[in-house]
Amino acid sequence: MSLVFAGICSHAPGITGRAHMADKALVEEFYRAYRGMAAELAAAKPDALIVVAAEHFANFFMNNMPAFAMGMAERYEGPIEDPEWLGIPRSVVPGNAPLSQRLIREMMQSVDLAYAEEWKFDHGVMVPLSFLTPGYDLPVIPVNINCQGPPLAPLHRAWALGEALRRAADLAPERIALVGTGGISHWPATPDSGRINEPWDREFLRRWQINDRQAMLSYSDEATYRDAGQGGFEIRTFISIAAAAQGRGRLDYYRPIPIFAVGCTVATMTIGT
Amino acid sequence: MQKFLFDINRDRDLQRQFRSDAQGVLGRYDLSGEERRALEDGDIGLIYVLGANGQLLMHYAAFLGMPWAGYIAAMRAGVSRHGPVRAGVYAMTTGLDERVADS
Repeated sequence: MSLVFAGICSHAPGITGRAHMADKALVEEFYRAYRGMAAELAAAKPDALIVVAAEHFANFFMNNMPAFAMGMAERYEGPIEDPEWLGIPRSVVPGNAPLSQRLIREMMQSVDLAYAEEWKFDHGVMVPLSFLTPGYDLPVIPVNINCQGPPLAPLHRAWALGEALRRAADLAPERIALVGTGGISHWPATPDSGRINEPWDREFLRRWQINDRQAMLSYSDEATYRDAGQGGFEIRTFISIAAAAQGRGRLDYYRPIPIFAVGCTVATMTIGT
Repeated sequence: MQKFLFDINRDRDLQRQFRSDAQGVLGRYDLSGEERRALEDGDIGLIYVLGANGQLLMHYAAFLGMPWAGYIAAMRAGVSRHGPVRAGVYAMTTGLDERVADS
């Protein structure tokens, strides 16, 4: 049918794994926003959910690193991390291999895409799914943008990936939802974990909400690394969603929660034509 | 060293083997003496300074069962003891005595 839902959200492992260490009221309001996104997603009645994530060496390593990859499996499993540490039990997540194949074929018309029939989810996918489809009953198709091992795909290629996703989704008979997950500024997995550049985040989210392509693509990796940390490279996932949705964004939640190591974000975007 | 971390983080069979025969598992990887010592000792601070990707290291610290605060402190102590991070994009950007994420 077409793309029926688009949104972005945070995926930091602390969101589920260290909730007990955070201010209870903050956790409640953030979780409420995340559950609100889940309700909107369900109301769109999707047949499948594409998650554009930035994995953390769960599948792809520097011996053979694709800029972009898409899952083509019947099922996925995760998390790879210690389930107690992440606060999410090991689960099997259904995929939709025939739909993956059709999407990939179409996307390859404009983007060189790696694909994989084996794929394990890390916190980058499992944290969002634990809120959005906690019963793991909606088929999921993962997409990965390498945001870990430079050289990284230029931002305009993340945009092109999003455009390809949209074109492919619109050609499919299924109702497809699309969620991008990543951080904005953050310095995760360093001693600076918890450092967040809130003004930088708010400016990026402003550009994202008005879907200002040129402004979103104007960040250099050098400036992002300096101002937003290595975690800031994950803006690629959010940019791809803006490119796919072609609409206007609505920021439902943004707040730095340092023990979660990220400015916690929940936003949706209308589907433009 | 990063290849070992990548493999063990995602492979539960390898995790079991490592718990029963760490030397045997480490022997399969091309490690410098310093890397091997750091892994044998579970020295998170030194592994960090040697330039392991932070995400690989974070998942590995979780596998070792390190509490969050201890893991962060170990990286900071590693920089204090061994100097700045030698490779990669996960370098420390704050001062040695700063604490960032208390809440």
